Amino acid sequence: MARQMTGARMVVQALKDHGVDTVFGYPGGAVLPIYDEIFQQNDIQHILVRHEQGAVHAAEGYARSTGKPGVVLVTSGPGATNAVTGLADALLDSIPIVVLTGQVPTFMIGSDAFQEADTVGITRPCTKHNWLVKDTDALPATLHEAFHVATSGRPGPVLIDIPKDVQFANGSYTPPTKATQHRYQPQVKGDMETIKELVEAMETAKKPIFYTGGGVINSGPAASQLLRELVEATGFPITSTLMGLGAYPGSGDKWLGMLGMHGLYEANMAMHGCDLMINIGARFDDRITGRIDAFSPNSRKAHIDIDPSSINKVIHVDIPIVGDVAHVLEDMLKVWKARGRKTNSEAVAKWWKQIEEWRAVNCLTYKGSDSVIKPQYALQRLQALTKDHDRYITTEVGQHQMWAAQYLHFEDPNRWMTSGGLGTMGYGFPASIGVQMAHRDALVINVAGEASWLMNMQEMGTAMQFNLPVKQFILNNERLGMVRQWQQLLHGERYSQSWSEALPDFVKLAEAFGAKGIICKDPADLDDAIMEMINYDGPVIFDCLVEKHENCFPMIPSGEPHNKMLLGDASTKDAIKEGGAVLV
Amino acid sequence: MNALHIKKGSNKHSAYNLRPNFSDQVETHTLAVLVDNEAGVLARVIGLFSGRGYNIESLTVAEVDHLGHLSRITIVTRGTPQVIEQIKAQLGRIVPVHQVHDLTVEGPSVERELALLKVASGGDKRVEALRLADIFRANVVDSTLDSFVFEITGAPDKIDAFADLMRPLGLIEMARTGVAALSRGAEA
Repeated sequence: MARQMTGARMVVQALKDHGVDTVFGYPGGAVLPIYDEIFQQNDIQHILVRHEQGAVHAAEGYARSTGKPGVVLVTSGPGATNAVTGLADALLDSIPIVVLTGQVPTFMIGSDAFQEADTVGITRPCTKHNWLVKDTDALPATLHEAFHVATSGRPGPVLIDIPKDVQFANGSYTPPTKATQHRYQPQVKGDMETIKELVEAMETAKKPIFYTGGGVINSGPAASQLLRELVEATGFPITSTLMGLGAYPGSGDKWLGMLGMHGLYEANMAMHGCDLMINIGARFDDRITGRIDAFSPNSRKAHIDIDPSSINKVIHVDIPIVGDVAHVLEDMLKVWKARGRKTNSEAVAKWWKQIEEWRAVNCLTYKGSDSVIKPQYALQRLQALTKDHDRYITTEVGQHQMWAAQYLHFEDPNRWMTSGGLGTMGYGFPASIGVQMAHRDALVINVAGEASWLMNMQEMGTAMQFNLPVKQFILNNERLGMVRQWQQLLHGERYSQSWSEALPDFVKLAEAFGAKGIICKDPADLDDAIMEMINYDGPVIFDCLVEKHENCFPMIPSGEPHNKMLLGDASTKDAIKEGGAVLV
Repeated sequence: MNALHIKKGSNKHSAYNLRPNFSDQVETHTLAVLVDNEAGVLARVIGLFSGRGYNIESLTVAEVDHLGHLSRITIVTRGTPQVIEQIKAQLGRIVPVHQVHDLTVEGPSVERELALLKVASGGDKRVEALRLADIFRANVVDSTLDSFVFEITGAPDKIDAFADLMRPLGLIEMARTGVAALSRGAEA
């Protein structure tokens, strides 16, 4: 079935064969042959971004909201280096991305040619794997393997660097087949003996908790379904990391809310006090654990993860299970049912009583105001007015991101796109473009801070060109809010460089691009303004002027364990000890 | 809100001089890593060590299967047991890595290294160098009236010991290959 064609045509053919419908990219000298092929077909839509970083974040948004790999096409040199931040972001959050970069012709590699960079060298530590293809005949197999590696096991970004002469040359193309044997085959089935051990622990646990993460989302919708079944069947409480929101519904009665540095009081206290912690697809990130030597001191810990290197990396676990979340959950349910669906229900009921006491603290309460919009209030209203829509949320990075995670609720997986591991300011806007491309009729909102949003604001051009009605909900406090909060807590209130000076008039900025701008500063006008944003058919920049010095709580101060949370400004005095101050 | 008792506007003490104190027993392990012999694979392995702050005490690499294009990388590394486990798991997730063996824990193994030593001296020292070389079963692979080049094979300790003896006898240059290692017994 092999057909002769140019390398450039192979690229486009392989994308079609892998079911790709959208490519985010930016042309340049070293990818012109591929762009010429893009021009001559209609199956794949190319979204012209305004900066290569935006292309990768858009592809991430597309991937996170669909479960399919996102595809990026950029040129050599600066095109590739501009993509690096997005690659690092996708690597830390395990997002499947296939990035194709042009390269100078093979005979010029190493000569410091125009727009030459050592792309595979630069991107080696920020991709799951990468390839430099020096022979057109090797291109088809490499393209097929790239999709396989990006999407199997723990997903991640991959990159193929394609020199221009390889794009021009002819070679034989073989389409991917099911029979293709890739050597890279991560283990998906968990060890049955260990699963049995975990089920036994669940049967006797007095204070169990499920701690879930992005691995549940990455494992696919079946994993979320199985998780819900397991939680309902056992009646155990469940909390989740930032990355895992939506795997279990935010309205579910077993839901404790997000855990971690800015997680909910009840979730962190339950993590600290539990006797059985069941980590499903999370990785004991430092935002979650707080102080390691005081992390959940009295619990047995089980950890389900598809990546063996995640296990015992940070926290020693008692019951390690390497496998895909959906496969392992299915086996867990089977074993648990076969053994008679037992739990220590009396003890678990007592555990719930304790949790209810923690819940009664109402850790998300804040001091309301009639005169100024509190950021928490803005998000509560956004939640109330959008919850019945077919809604997708992206965020930038900072206080607004944490408030969004606390006050917005997600009923389904793949509805929440945020930069967790790398914490990339400038992620949310291009990500919202990628999400909207995949879900043309959905309501896509980027909850942003004004400083983050400015980092990739050039993508307004993309949103306008492709008529993508993304809503930019900017909580504008004229500060780098999270930086300011840390300077207040840790650096003697010396607010070094954390002001947003010389901000644009966001309404005029929107109008300059031909979009709609809305400004709101009075809490009484907020609902109407949000409705106006929702009902407008087109991109909106919503400049929501909020309280400037609001701090984000609850907060586990760095260097402290879960049970030492700060619940409000009054509790912050002397909260961070010297050992914690050095941590980020 | 003054968490560190830092007075407003003062620079008296800084949070940046603080370091966490970790302590655990450090062990030396010899790892054998079987990889596809493709461009950049060594850079991936070395980059993993430098990027994550692991040690490399010795590293050797060569293609061992010309038909299958497989190379064997032998790495001697040091770390706490937790770090050693992480190193193995991280190596295992590199796509072109086929197998990772920890020869230190997988049973007895043999470790050998080859070294070339140039000893320049005359008179009694020259005679003594030749005599010690004989004891250590080192071969002379080059000689002039003023110098020898010795070739010696053995465990790293033996080479260290030989080099220590040669130093006062006129050792002026040395090249070592790094460790190659295999498990003992019939199993691969």
